[in-house]
Amino acid sequence: MTKPTFMRLCLLPLAVVVAAFFVLPMARLVLIGATGRHGIAAYAAIVIEPRYAASLLDTVLLALATTVTTLLIATVSGLFLQRRRFPGRALLVAMLTLPLAFPGVVIGFLIILLAGRQGLLGDVTLALFGHKEVLAYSLAGLFLGYLYFSIPRVILTIMAAAEKLDPSLEEAARTLGAGAWAIHRDIILPALAPALIASGAIVFATAMGAFGTAFTLATDIDVLPMLIYTEFTLSANIATAAALSVGLGLVTWAILALARIYGGNTVAANG
Amino acid sequence: MSGHGVALRVVACGKTFADGTRALAPVTLDVGRGETAVLLGPSGCGKTTLLRIIAGLETPDPGGRVLFGDSDVTGVPIERRNVGMVFQSYALFPNMNVADNIGYGLKVRGVGEAERKARVAALVALTGIEGLERRRIDQLSGGQRQRVALARAVAVQPSVLLLDEPLTALDAALRERLRGELNRLLRTLGITTIYVTHDQAEAMALGDRIVVMREGAIAQIGTPRAVYFAPENRFVAEFVGAANLIEAACNGATLALPGGTLPVADGALHGPATAMIRPEAIKIVPAENASLIGLVDSVSFLGDRQRVLISAAATKVITADVPNAIALAAGDRVGLSVEPAAIRLLPGDTT
Ligand SMILES: Nc1ncnc2c1ncn2[C@@H]1O[C@H](COP(=O)(O)OP(=O)(O)OP(=O)(O)O)[C@@H](O)[C@H]1O
Ligand SMILES: [Mg+2]
Repeated sequence: MTKPTFMRLCLLPLAVVVAAFFVLPMARLVLIGATGRHGIAAYAAIVIEPRYAASLLDTVLLALATTVTTLLIATVSGLFLQRRRFPGRALLVAMLTLPLAFPGVVIGFLIILLAGRQGLLGDVTLALFGHKEVLAYSLAGLFLGYLYFSIPRVILTIMAAAEKLDPSLEEAARTLGAGAWAIHRDIILPALAPALIASGAIVFATAMGAFGTAFTLATDIDVLPMLIYTEFTLSANIATAAALSVGLGLVTWAILALARIYGGNTVAANG
Repeated sequence: MSGHGVALRVVACGKTFADGTRALAPVTLDVGRGETAVLLGPSGCGKTTLLRIIAGLETPDPGGRVLFGDSDVTGVPIERRNVGMVFQSYALFPNMNVADNIGYGLKVRGVGEAERKARVAALVALTGIEGLERRRIDQLSGGQRQRVALARAVAVQPSVLLLDEPLTALDAALRERLRGELNRLLRTLGITTIYVTHDQAEAMALGDRIVVMREGAIAQIGTPRAVYFAPENRFVAEFVGAANLIEAACNGATLALPGGTLPVADGALHGPATAMIRPEAIKIVPAENASLIGLVDSVSFLGDRQRVLISAAATKVITADVPNAIALAAGDRVGLSVEPAAIRLLPGDTT
């Protein structure tokens, strides 16, 4: 057996897997998207049909808000946790891994306990302002849920990245007269940029596609994954569901691709 | 751009780390305006710790003070101390190019763009890195990085320049060349400089004065010549250059050795003494009319000179560096002579 033949044989399993789980279903999905009453126009409907367009916009905005908020909170907390030693720190860091263990449904449940009709937030606002604040069943609830599981994950990434920073860089900046603000702007954040871009992309992708939390909170939320679910199961509108799926996939894929271009190869590794 | 330095005073600065490590016993040190003082000592003796206390990167134990000129800077945070520092790893900012690295201190001080450019250009020329201004740091060689780090440190016209083993990361040939350049640059700049090294040749070449350190304390402060020719104790004698340390009885005028006698100059001492003799101070003379006789153990030809190990003259083997033209072989019986002034009697056996 010649070497090239052998190499090709080795490629076979990969080719089968890619074909079976990736190319074929995707191709079929794309085709199904175009088999509805409106044919290929189903794809145009994602942006033209007000309900779908609004849902797409809501989903993207929610994912963006989640990403930005997560990065802000996680960067500040991550840097703090990495540098300061205080009693209970180890326990706190260990607890950060907890949300990673919960599926979306459980997180939805936690959000209901926190901000639902019988939730903590409602009780507190009722006592304070005489009216019950209920956030859980809206985009705000979903936003909280996504923050809940993305912040700890990003904190851990930031801590790992900050651990690798050379402390003498910061000291050098200080001898040159840089204050805390300038050091963070000029030295620390640029050094953390790859980690920030990578984890930001993952948060964005997760927030775009997560379903379990939205499904638990349900009622008021029209994010894209929910819309796909209702079109598919309730309306049996399979073509539209497929078209929406392809749209969702494209947006998410584009963001991950951009992050890969600007953030180097760390995106996949940090997943 | 010369003469920005101030006199530096370190008063009773000790350092005990949080984990209880006593890195530095309280030390006091005066460095004149524009002077280069070299901290020299073996690994772990507290050189970096002392340097970091001067920089403001560590606080001294209570009671210690650091003064720049007339002002007490002990409580002044590092970013307002106006020191320039070159780190052993250089600590260049990887997200900035060469010019931005050099100009960073000026930028955070709010120096305008035009002036900043002019100052950076002047430093680039001074350190001989023209043409590299737009390079990223990872595109530089070790020697080039060292120059960028130095240019960056002096760009802010610091009161005191601090260098922590700036040449250690480089190979031997480059180190020697840069040592010369650095020496010229420090003289040109006239900044008060503290230079840390564990290489005694570097210390000799660069220092106006050498501060020899040992286990967190100062063993001796003096000019390179003083430290070399008149070490105050055994540790300094052995650490700075090669030295024969010979135990002998002294009667005030001569040393009595197994192979004969050696006349000494400062012969006030009576009783057992340790005599320090540099290898190059020993001359090989005909055995017939010599006061001290020995046997050649081995000869190593070093090119510019030869190193001879001689036994039987003293209680232990004596090392002598002699001119390369003298023909010697193992087993030869030779006479040894040493100028009385080149024999230094060390006090007792305190160290
Ligand atoms: N942050 C720290 N915590 C505890 N001990 C420390 C710390 N920094 C240094 N030391 C200890 O203090 C002593 C002096 O260290 P220092 O770094 O000043 O030595 P040095 O003379 O610069 O050595 P080298 O030539 O190896 O750089 C060492 O024993 C070291 O282990
Ligand atoms: Mg050191």
